[in-house]
Amino acid sequence: MSGKPRLRKGVRLSFDKTRDTHVLLFPEGVLVPNATAAAVLELCDGESTVDDIAAALGTRFRGVRAQDVTDVLTRLADRRVVEWT
Amino acid sequence: MDVTVAPPLGMLAELTHRCPLHCPYCSNPVELTARADELTTGQWLDVLDAARDIGVLQVHLSGGEPLARPDLPELVTRAADLGCYVNLVTSGLGLTEERLADLTDRGLAHVQLSVQGPDAERANRIAGARAHEHKLAAAALVKEAGLPLTVNVVLHKANHDVGALIALAERMGADRLELANTQYYGWALRNRAALMPTPEQLAAAEPVVRAQARRLRGTMEIVYVVADYYEKYPKPCMYGWGARQLTVAPNGDVLPCPAASAIATLPVDNVKTRPLRDIWYDSESFNAYRGEEWMREPCRTCDRRSVDFGGCRCQAFQLLGDAAATDPVCSRSPDRGVVDLLLRSPGEQEEFVMRGPVAAR
Ligand SMILES: C[S@@+](CC[C@H](N)C(=O)[O-])C[C@H]1O[C@@H](n2cnc3c(N)ncnc32)[C@H](O)[C@@H]1O
Ligand code: SF4
Ligand code: SF4
Repeated sequence: MSGKPRLRKGVRLSFDKTRDTHVLLFPEGVLVPNATAAAVLELCDGESTVDDIAAALGTRFRGVRAQDVTDVLTRLADRRVVEWT
Repeated sequence: MDVTVAPPLGMLAELTHRCPLHCPYCSNPVELTARADELTTGQWLDVLDAARDIGVLQVHLSGGEPLARPDLPELVTRAADLGCYVNLVTSGLGLTEERLADLTDRGLAHVQLSVQGPDAERANRIAGARAHEHKLAAAALVKEAGLPLTVNVVLHKANHDVGALIALAERMGADRLELANTQYYGWALRNRAALMPTPEQLAAAEPVVRAQARRLRGTMEIVYVVADYYEKYPKPCMYGWGARQLTVAPNGDVLPCPAASAIATLPVDNVKTRPLRDIWYDSESFNAYRGEEWMREPCRTCDRRSVDFGGCRCQAFQLLGDAAATDPVCSRSPDRGVVDLLLRSPGEQEEFVMRGPVAAR
């Protein structure tokens, strides 16, 4: 995928100390992303491509492939959390 | 009690009951909190701190009309600074470009704007005020500010024209549209006979909503809330009592559901006399219908009890005088006949009793 992912309008990513986890906040509710999804979402700034994101993650985690990032983002797009620009 | 109580996710903060409109479908209680009994700014700030402290992530600033509170900006700042998602639930009256720009700067995340009908004439008649044009202007301001907009319409016999309402919401640029059939609480219960949609209206609406939702996928999300009296099973009210959300009324009363003041037998705690954490975890009111322990037959052994939690406690109390009964909307309830009778002979009322201020005490 060649686009640049970003959080949809109205969706915010934040860290919740009470639950000790990242949370995705939007008008209808709250989603708790898993650690991988949260790491990807933190890098979705509407400027970075999937390759950029995979490269940035590669400095923190071993063996990150662009395909893994695409898979995570596809699932998040289905749930209307991210959109492609 | 042997349920593990999870922290709350959301808080409905009813900042005031004062409101410029007179919607006959209004779910707020018949007896409203007077201005003099509203929590002060300092008390609301403490409520926000306490709410975040126990895990609240979504703050819905509502009322009445939240814009009637001059301290709204301060409350938005606090809630946003605490890391909460801040939603303004408003009639749109009193929203100006300056006020919205200020609220947006302070961290407002989302606006939910109510509309009463598909055109100015019908909408203003239902609102009991010249409100419709203000709402269109308010929607335009929200869009210009770049905030996501949910339009909310409460559906009833006099406005059940979902095609026209969807078209209106599209023109307003809504990201989401909630079409919610009236829930009969508070003032709305007084007008039930005049508000109750006909089976023909409901049957006509559903395919329109389905087709339009498909057409608008990706542009405008449509949420349709069914008319529960006509359903076979009750709504999963609040996703369980004391499970996800709490409501703080204008006077500081803390309720497990916005309509719960209707349950006359429910002891109610207040933020002025008890810490919010205690109220959430230990109060009689929040524990009364938590989990499944309180359930009787047929809910107790029903395969749907984790799906709908036995329905709505307020409805059981209002229709049967017993908040622990199965929601009489349920076809498995021995009292379903009560609802069927209401649908067969809803009463004589044709005219609305418009919402008016009836202050408590
Ligand atoms: C009580 S109002 C307060 C905020 C503001 N005055 C307004 O009407 O938008 C909160 C929300 O509840 C909705 N509402 C009011 N009465 C209702 C009812 N009987 N059933 C379902 N929703 C209702 C309103 O449309 C609004 O979106
Ligand atoms: S539903 Fe109507 S009358 Fe009730 S608070 Fe909202 S705008 Fe006011
Ligand atoms: S009997 Fe109770 S749990 Fe079962 S469907 Fe009806 S309301 Fe829900």
